[in-house]
Amino acid sequence: MSDWIRPRHLPEALEILATAPGPYRVISGGTDLMVECHLAPERRPESWLDISGLRELQGLQITEEGIRIGAATSLEAIRRHAEVVAHWPMLAASAAVTGAPPIQNRATLGGNVCNASPAADNAPTLLAYGARLEIVHHHGSRWLPYGDFHLGYRKTALQPGELLSALWIPYPPKHSRGYFRKVGTRAAQAIAKVSIAALIEVNSDGIIQSAHFGMASVAATPCALPSVSQYLLGRALCDIADMQVRQKVKQDIAPIQDIRSTTAYRLEIASRLVLEAIHKRSESKKEN
Amino acid sequence: MSLTLVKQRTDQQTASPRRVDGVAKIRGTALYVDDLPCADVLHGATVRTTAAGGTLQEVVFDPAIDWSEFVVVTARDIPGMNAVKLLENDQVVLVDRAFRHAGEAVVLLAHADPEKLGMALKGVSLVELPNTAPIFDIDAALAAQQEIIPGNIYTDYLLDRGDVAEGEHLADVVIEERFLTPSQEQLYIEPQGMLAHLQKDGSILVEGSMQCPYYVLDALVQCMGMDKDHLRVVQSTTGGAFGGKEDYPSVIACHAALLALKAGGRSVKLVYERGEDLRVTPKRHPSRTLISLGANKAGELQFIDMDFAIDGGAYRTLSPVVLSRGVIHAPGPYKCPHIRVRGRAVATNHPPFGAFRGFGAPQSIFAMEVAMDRLARKLAMDPAELRRINLLRTGDVNPTGDVVGADCFAHATLDVALEHTHYYQRLAEYRAWNAAGHQTRKGIGLATFAHGAGFTGNGELHLASRVSLQALANGHVEILCSNTEMGQGAATTLVQIAADALGLPMDRVHLAQADTSRVPNSGPTVASRTCMVVGELIQKAAGQLLQRLRETAELAAPHDAQSFAAACARLCAVAGDTLVTAQYQPPTDMRWDEQAFLGRAYASYAWAAYIAEVEVDVLTLETRVLDFTAVQEIGDAVHPVIVQGQIEGGVAQGIGYALYEDVLWNERGVMANDRLTNYIIPTSADLGFMHVVLLEGGLGAGPKGAKGVGELPMDGPAPAIVNAIQQALDIDICQIPVKPEMLLELTMSRGN
Ligand SMILES: Cc1cc2nc3c(=O)[nH]c(=O)nc-3n(C[C@H](O)[C@H](O)[C@H](O)COP(=O)(O)OP(=O)(O)OC[C@H]3O[C@@H](n4cnc5c(N)ncnc54)[C@H](O)[C@@H]3O)c2cc1C
Repeated sequence: MSDWIRPRHLPEALEILATAPGPYRVISGGTDLMVECHLAPERRPESWLDISGLRELQGLQITEEGIRIGAATSLEAIRRHAEVVAHWPMLAASAAVTGAPPIQNRATLGGNVCNASPAADNAPTLLAYGARLEIVHHHGSRWLPYGDFHLGYRKTALQPGELLSALWIPYPPKHSRGYFRKVGTRAAQAIAKVSIAALIEVNSDGIIQSAHFGMASVAATPCALPSVSQYLLGRALCDIADMQVRQKVKQDIAPIQDIRSTTAYRLEIASRLVLEAIHKRSESKKEN
Repeated sequence: MSLTLVKQRTDQQTASPRRVDGVAKIRGTALYVDDLPCADVLHGATVRTTAAGGTLQEVVFDPAIDWSEFVVVTARDIPGMNAVKLLENDQVVLVDRAFRHAGEAVVLLAHADPEKLGMALKGVSLVELPNTAPIFDIDAALAAQQEIIPGNIYTDYLLDRGDVAEGEHLADVVIEERFLTPSQEQLYIEPQGMLAHLQKDGSILVEGSMQCPYYVLDALVQCMGMDKDHLRVVQSTTGGAFGGKEDYPSVIACHAALLALKAGGRSVKLVYERGEDLRVTPKRHPSRTLISLGANKAGELQFIDMDFAIDGGAYRTLSPVVLSRGVIHAPGPYKCPHIRVRGRAVATNHPPFGAFRGFGAPQSIFAMEVAMDRLARKLAMDPAELRRINLLRTGDVNPTGDVVGADCFAHATLDVALEHTHYYQRLAEYRAWNAAGHQTRKGIGLATFAHGAGFTGNGELHLASRVSLQALANGHVEILCSNTEMGQGAATTLVQIAADALGLPMDRVHLAQADTSRVPNSGPTVASRTCMVVGELIQKAAGQLLQRLRETAELAAPHDAQSFAAACARLCAVAGDTLVTAQYQPPTDMRWDEQAFLGRAYASYAWAAYIAEVEVDVLTLETRVLDFTAVQEIGDAVHPVIVQGQIEGGVAQGIGYALYEDVLWNERGVMANDRLTNYIIPTSADLGFMHVVLLEGGLGAGPKGAKGVGELPMDGPAPAIVNAIQQALDIDICQIPVKPEMLLELTMSRGN
């Protein structure tokens, strides 16, 4: 009945995708897709391309500039990886609050990103760290800043025939500190109501050298906070006006009311978390 | 008060044998309804109304589908009465014309291929003339602009003792509040389902997930128009129920049986998916309480005045009984001369609400216990102290006018709870913490309550439960009763009680499958009655069996398992009757006036003091339960680990009720958050530490003085947690669940 292919090598997978683009559905850990198939059986694909056997998409490698994480690496492997814990603690933290351990064993970082949920838990972290995506096609590969990946609600920059092969994350600047927090509907197995990752670099004079934010569940896509970042850039910590920051947050996000939370709550908590990130910049704080 | 009267449990593990159903469940060999082996089975599905009440004009079957492939059942195919057997015959088995809520069954379909069935479901369309102004709110129903039934009131009760006007006169301090509690879903792990077979002799067998096999049997008798001898109901392994499988299995069983009757000998399986189960099966009644309390300066309650209303949904079902329990429990375990509780169950266009652990009591106790804290604050008195002043003692008159006997441990539970939690020390610590401007605020809150076990008043008398024990030639004994194991541990407890009374090891005693062709009617498995009422009957039957073996089969006293087996063999050899039956006899001092709410409502009350310690994040207003202490007097813990499990599980559900669980309704009155991703129950990561302290006064109506424990842990958590949060944030909360969104609104409006 349905066709299931699990190639061993990337070129083979890419060829299948390129020659028969439409019908093959890429499946990685399947933790989003299985739910989708169950909810909408009529849209269940006939043909599956299982990428879990592709060695090129697996594992974590440290490079001079940072780390390369294969798109099909499990969140479990990521959160336990010593280098990730040491240098990208916000990623270890966001992977650790994605669903719960049984989900993390199967769920992959590439799947989390490509599924393109506005609530994806690792999206804020990747935005704040300035991740780059390595996207491959039968005819070649390209690079894309992660910030350019989400085009609209559940719409990504992936073209037919393309696969996300890896995510590259640079080392954070020397004097930067991160802040991560997920506010979910409960302590585990929760979809975010609001979540934030922030990476802020402050020099010895207390001047902000760079400020990068990523937020989830406050807009149609995971989003950065460009106005906030711009406001903070070059500003002394002691010169920050909280009301101004709140204004900028309001400009940058578009929270909605849904079954999980209210617009008012999302807006207020988003502002509070941004201010907390600026003033505290405590090391990634995971909730529970 | 001295605690010498009550025994505090410390030996939980040693007194707790292994569960009799444990291995099969752990190994996965236990068969739930969807696992029952059945060749050539048809799958059933249900076409439902979409409007929130109205009239059905026409059912249109898509001509593109070959309907001859399907078994199709409508109201016209019902051989008996088109009414679900309950207190009143107001709910139809299948809609013929008029209907009152979205989700009522209209057409049943069956087919061997579930995928084809899924497509066929979409091929049936209903032409409905919808009700233009559906009612979904209790006060709107009471205003009765639109009527579902006359006045929109199913039941109107009044508990009226003393004279509230007099109490108002005597009170120095009065508070008035309005409280709301939401619906709550039972969320048993196994969704509901039935498997029905038409037998060669024309009789029908229905197997499935249920609490009350005889309720199902009675419903089948009425709907199928067949007598009991031609109907057989068998409980399959049941994966949780919590009240949710008290009445609704009757509906599914009728549906499955109707399909089986038309399926020409092929079995029909009707198992709900989670979403369907969430949308259509009954849940906890939402409630609205107006309450006024008055006390003198010393803190002695002078009056309690409550207007308690619950949303019964579109049909009466069990609402009057739920209401009655809610009314009786409303004034709490307090001494008060003037009490008035008006209780009403109202009609709305929601699907009917039903039984859920606590059965009306958690709703009214919530209002009372939060109101007690308000009163304490107005009196500038410590809430624990206010309770201590008012808790019942032996010799006091309780809210239903009954003189409290020796079996009263309200003060003991409070004392132990305060001591166990270092309440006053914590209170001071949390005050200091909150004043220090940390990122969180902390609070400690309590609730004291009593919960009656068994059917209310004369209910047990009407049930007239019977239990049999069957001695086998090999010296094993079978318990025959209609009470069901649904995960709560009843099978183990009942076997333990029988083995204990018979002087046998537990592996010689077996609980027979609940099969109405074999077991007598020992009543439903509800109302915390199984261990106390049915356990007591088992103990009685055991005495009868021993006596018979002594008199007719030379059983020596004392005996062991071997001499017992020898006596059984002798009894069988002489073809003696190896079956004994015990029937319920009410306690002699049980007098209850159902109209006036006067007298002894329950054979036993179990007493409790629950304490919650919480921490609220100032930034996000998320609440975390740090520690939860449940001090529970239960007469006697037959199996302490099972009792502890019941309390921990009930507390977990109570934490859900207090903080997370919120049934959201769409515009047609159907549950909108019908998935586990958006109906939020707490996970193990949300529960905090739980401490269960069991006190055993040994004076309950069950074996060795045991009392029912199933429902009561649901009563205390929500008010204890809300009281703790109010203290932590210094705000008033009138509604659960206490979600961060609500706390944000409350704290921001105070800030302005
Ligand atoms: C119980 C449960 C709890 C969950 N909790 C959370 C949570 O708390 N937070 C959260 O963010 N998510 C949660 N999820 C969602 C899911 O687990 C994550 O999004 C996960 O990271 C998805 O990864 P996957 O490998 O399983 O993706 P899959 O389901 O295999 O794929 C998801 C999508 O991405 C596409 N895709 C996957 N890999 C690639 C690739 N390399 N190139 C191109 N396209 C690709 C697929 O075609 C598909 O459209 C939960 C899911 C479940 C079932």
